[in-house]
Amino acid sequence: MNETGTTLVLVLVVGVLAGTGVTLLLERSLTRILLGIILLGNGVNLLVLIGGRSGVAPVVGTGPVDRMSDPLTQAMVLTAIVITFGLTAFLLAVAYRSWYLDGNDEVQDDLEDRQVAELAARRELPAPDLGGEGPDGDPEQVAPEPHLRRLRRTEEP
Amino acid sequence: MTGHQALVPLPVVVPLLGAALTLLLANRPRLQRDVSVVGLSTSLVVAVVLLVEAYRHGPVVVRIGGWPPPVGIVLVADQLAALMVVVSSAVTLCVLLYSIGQGQGETGESAPLAIYHPTYLVLTAGVTNAFLAGDLFNLFVGFEILLAASFVLITLGGTEARIRTGSMYVVVSILSSMIFLAGVGLVYAATGTLNMAQLAQRLDALPDNVRLCLQLMLLLAFGIKAAVFPLSAWLPDSYPTAPAPVTAVFAGLLTKVGVYAIIRTETLLFPGGQVSGLLMVVAGLTMVVGILGAVAQSDIKRIFSFTLVSHIGYMIFGVALSTVAGLAGAIFYVAHHITIQTTLFLVAGLIEERAGSTDLRRLGGLARVAPLLAVLFFVPAMNLAGIPPFSGFLGKLGLLQAGVAIGGPLPWALVAAGTATSLVTLYAASRVWSIAFWREPRLATTEPTVRLPALMVGATAALVVLGLVFTVAAGPLFGVSTDAATDLRARTPYVRAVLPGGAP
Repeated sequence: MNETGTTLVLVLVVGVLAGTGVTLLLERSLTRILLGIILLGNGVNLLVLIGGRSGVAPVVGTGPVDRMSDPLTQAMVLTAIVITFGLTAFLLAVAYRSWYLDGNDEVQDDLEDRQVAELAARRELPAPDLGGEGPDGDPEQVAPEPHLRRLRRTEEP
Repeated sequence: MTGHQALVPLPVVVPLLGAALTLLLANRPRLQRDVSVVGLSTSLVVAVVLLVEAYRHGPVVVRIGGWPPPVGIVLVADQLAALMVVVSSAVTLCVLLYSIGQGQGETGESAPLAIYHPTYLVLTAGVTNAFLAGDLFNLFVGFEILLAASFVLITLGGTEARIRTGSMYVVVSILSSMIFLAGVGLVYAATGTLNMAQLAQRLDALPDNVRLCLQLMLLLAFGIKAAVFPLSAWLPDSYPTAPAPVTAVFAGLLTKVGVYAIIRTETLLFPGGQVSGLLMVVAGLTMVVGILGAVAQSDIKRIFSFTLVSHIGYMIFGVALSTVAGLAGAIFYVAHHITIQTTLFLVAGLIEERAGSTDLRRLGGLARVAPLLAVLFFVPAMNLAGIPPFSGFLGKLGLLQAGVAIGGPLPWALVAAGTATSLVTLYAASRVWSIAFWREPRLATTEPTVRLPALMVGATAALVVLGLVFTVAAGPLFGVSTDAATDLRARTPYVRAVLPGGAP
């Protein structure tokens, strides 16, 4: 597909963008995740772009047809850039909202998962089984405890 | 262009136009509702016509803008796509009516927002676009449309809980889209086309290792969207906090779009079952791990989120078998499961409305207080668990028979896992039934009687009835599924419909 060849530089750039993007994705802070998504998105867009043939501008009459670059990958990348842009903007809004409500923008653990884990540690059932009233008949006794509300990573200095 | 061809884009275009119109009518809630209902009803009617046409005369193909296929994009309504569009339109219409019912008299945090209707319509447009896409990049765009709309819906109102779960959902979804896009780019680089019919011809010529790499790349992307086991952890955390109708439509449709994409790519683009073994292992783990998760939960919405993950395994099992019987079972199961899972989440919403909670620790005695609600819960719950007369039983039976017909250690293990999962689902469903409906009434349920809006109950009842229709009309539906599966296996009907002149 690729007569003019893809330079090694572009492939390396894709690799570096994707690698740094994934590394940032593994962070807890939404802002860093957002940066990771931007880097990863650019890496993937570049990957799509180098899948097509490179050459002169693909406009009829400006050059020989057999030396034109592939317009389809450019069209796809244009669409993908717009989509990535929109989703990034949305994630930025979510991160801001999280910070506004919570004072930080960290992705938090799931509350119910923590509760199930704690119950398992105490060898209790998630709910009184099959009709019996059981020792924990009072629903208030097994209501979520306040200290379970959030697991937050220790703040960085 | 014949009349039927002109109908193909309508299930995508009408909701999009409706979305634009409802956005303009943001200050006129009543008109907004009317536009949404008319739009989705139109989609449903068109989808039924398309299904009949696809069943009688084969796939209906439309070339967007009149461009011939490898250059322009096509929308293809073959039996599988048309069936999916029919079921999804029916379900989205019922959920829309339910949310309209809920919107009346709602106040505070979950009050209806002007943005709900446009976003919901965009979501349905994205879902149908993904079903009808005859081009890999258009499939990607369909996914992006539905994901962008789902981001808005899952964080509706922007409360703390929804932002917490929504941010995770957004990140996971964007990641899966990146993988999908990279897969699309690599497929194009390897073959020089993205038209699925042409890909069916060109991918066969690729070296086996390149082909396998592309296949796994796409499978990974769709696996995240379909919530197949190792990639499913995001689902039970993010779905339950959204408003009830949103959770219902997500649970019913969004994962099934992923399953549909897996069925389409595994049959049309990568036939031959190179990854059958992998898919079977993954399907078995999805079933067992998912349902064990359901048993450990104490909130009805979370329990059904886990059964949702678990039952995706049945569909993947059918795809992994890659026989006509297996695929037919998978297609039937997708149609059945979309309806049942949506119904159960709507019922969970009704329980929340009636009793103030979906937490089993706070529920009890609902059967006496709300007998109609009990019936509405009991029928789909038993259907999900696969109790004999219902469609859940028929779908599982079809899949298990297909597995037995193949034989061998792995299919037999899957048959065993499927049976066990069905039993544990029954346990999970009857546990909800016994605790929430049969136990002595609890604090939350003895509060003054709340009258459930008739429209909410009516919409839920309509979906329960649709589930029963699948049971009664299981014969014809299995006929359509088998027909669709035969066409999928043969590949030529699809390819010939899209590229009538043969390979260009």
